[in-house]
Amino acid sequence: MPKSNSKKGYVDVIDGKYKTNGKFHKIEKNEPIFNKDTGKLAGVTNPRDMTYIHSYGGEAIFFESLGKGKLIASRCENKECGTSYNSIFMPFRIFCPDCLHKTSIFDLTDIARKTARIHSFIVTHRSGAFNTLKLPIKFINVEFEGVCTILMSYLSTGNPEIGMRVVPIFKTKNPTYTIIDLSFVSEGTPQSKLPEDFSF
Amino acid sequence: MIKFSDNQLKIPKLARPVYLVTAGMSKFDRAFPENRTEELTIQAFTAASDFIKMTPAELKSYIHTCYYGHFADHFGDQLLGEAVIHDRLGLDPLGNIGIKTGGATGGSTLWEAVKTVASGYSDCTLAMGWERMDEVPTDEGNHLISAAADKDWETPLGHIYTGYYAVMAQRYWKIYGKEEESFRDTMAEIAVKNRGYARMNPHAHGPMKITIEDVKNSPIIAYPLRALDCCLMSVGAACCIVAEEKTAYELTDNPLRVWVGAGSHTLRVADRRDMQIPLLPNETKDTYKNFHEKYPGSTRYPGFTSFLAARVAAYYAYNMTGIVDPCEDLDVIELHDAFTISDIQSYEDVGLRPYGEGRDFIESGDAYLKDPKTGKRGKLPSNLSGGLIGCMHAVGATGLMQVAEIGYHIWNRWDEIHEPIKKWKAFGREKPEDWESLQVSGAKRGLAISHAGVGSHVTASILMHPDHLLKEE
Repeated sequence: MPKSNSKKGYVDVIDGKYKTNGKFHKIEKNEPIFNKDTGKLAGVTNPRDMTYIHSYGGEAIFFESLGKGKLIASRCENKECGTSYNSIFMPFRIFCPDCLHKTSIFDLTDIARKTARIHSFIVTHRSGAFNTLKLPIKFINVEFEGVCTILMSYLSTGNPEIGMRVVPIFKTKNPTYTIIDLSFVSEGTPQSKLPEDFSF
Repeated sequence: MIKFSDNQLKIPKLARPVYLVTAGMSKFDRAFPENRTEELTIQAFTAASDFIKMTPAELKSYIHTCYYGHFADHFGDQLLGEAVIHDRLGLDPLGNIGIKTGGATGGSTLWEAVKTVASGYSDCTLAMGWERMDEVPTDEGNHLISAAADKDWETPLGHIYTGYYAVMAQRYWKIYGKEEESFRDTMAEIAVKNRGYARMNPHAHGPMKITIEDVKNSPIIAYPLRALDCCLMSVGAACCIVAEEKTAYELTDNPLRVWVGAGSHTLRVADRRDMQIPLLPNETKDTYKNFHEKYPGSTRYPGFTSFLAARVAAYYAYNMTGIVDPCEDLDVIELHDAFTISDIQSYEDVGLRPYGEGRDFIESGDAYLKDPKTGKRGKLPSNLSGGLIGCMHAVGATGLMQVAEIGYHIWNRWDEIHEPIKKWKAFGREKPEDWESLQVSGAKRGLAISHAGVGSHVTASILMHPDHLLKEE
């Protein structure tokens, strides 16, 4: 990684290869850990500041579509598939888990708007390091009509209840290109109540 | 996969009998600022050799292959941590390999060790597990644990694994617990029971003398789960040594037969599709007649309320060993009580009660050594070690600690491990004045369930006294 450039690290793909730019980590010196009761050395700290470079591969279309206000699922269209022919998967799966044929893209946005319901939920005031969601986080699991799986997401307005109708919203402005670009709100929520950068 | 082929449902068979020879554990605690991991693994190994009155060097001379259960490399910032431990245990040049299946790592490590002996590759193997979760601040630890969820579809949502798990608890609480106060009390009873049992265990990291009210008044983590409903985050090591028959009897007069079954299910709960309930030997189709009417909302199996991996692990293990009704055929169990509610869910997955009726295992008094309401001995005492809630959850060691504890009961040597004042003192812990033996008298057969997170991997380890097998071989 180039260390002279002070710009925060970013990556492009050029000619099918990763091209890294900018500064990817800062080196910090370690500190000793002393036992205050005995005055003796117990260990050291090892600071790290790293950035992972991660490929979405065949799922990239799902994450890119969120920023365009689309919820993209996948469907097994292999007529020979004994178990899952015509099954719609959300989370998006690149391959059918049964026949391992490549799935087809299926736009679930309208079905989600019309049929999404909370299957289960939890409200938590705790998060781990690197969390970017506002606390408390209202985790929800969302059922869609005709979809064989149940998506995990978070509720941005309203109090979750099992069976509650919800509609998807998308971070179409300044997308992060991660799963947090998708959220849900209770049915009937006006645009004015949506979090910043989100739209229906 | 939502349908199983006959090949997949084949009952596993060990090619030759496998025996648990000995087992050992370190002290468990939240942090060991002044101990390296190898100090803890050597403590566990030495305990195992002491138990059969051998020196560590003598015991090592029998071991032929080593399995190391250590889930989270990123916590310790050390890849190939297994090689470090293997070297410090002085076991080179033996073949060794690391096993990583989340919370089920300990059970999976034993699974590998057992199969290696059964296959004839080795006559004696070591299954050693540990975890080091004290090398980062807690919130970074939470992030590292959340990395065991799907990194694109789940981890960015709060970086908090409890959130991905607790949605399952919520659904169970509403559908099967019916949000009843009495169900809430039963959950709390599990926390009281397991923390209470931990008080008799010098190895235990979280002993507490508490009441149902204490649990219900503890801080909310993710409703309905409160702080005292949740398991510990621990550091420590545990090991088991298994061998074929001739070697086993060279090492000890009293080896126990051991089997392990294993199951799995999707890493994301999201991907779990509806299916028919696979039946255990003590169930028939009639067991679940009118199931959906009885529990409105129980629309999917396993859905968010049950663990297919646990059911399948039990299916393999029970059929392998001839267990029909676990409450009748077993004498003692250790379950993976990550949360009080998941303990109840497990009772159903492993057939202690039919689906939907798990709470009765506690309410009937069956889960106690001595039912606090009636003073009678329970049918199948569970988590006498204190479990994950009271004893420890040092991930890679947990499943091995459970098997060790079951072994001590069947060997009728539980007191020897838990009673000596010398050990309490060496661990810097105060032995309670009301200390009492939790030895299950006459225990001949036991089960330990090792379980990963939302149920991606589960193992069912069965121990039996060789004179009390259930199935002709």
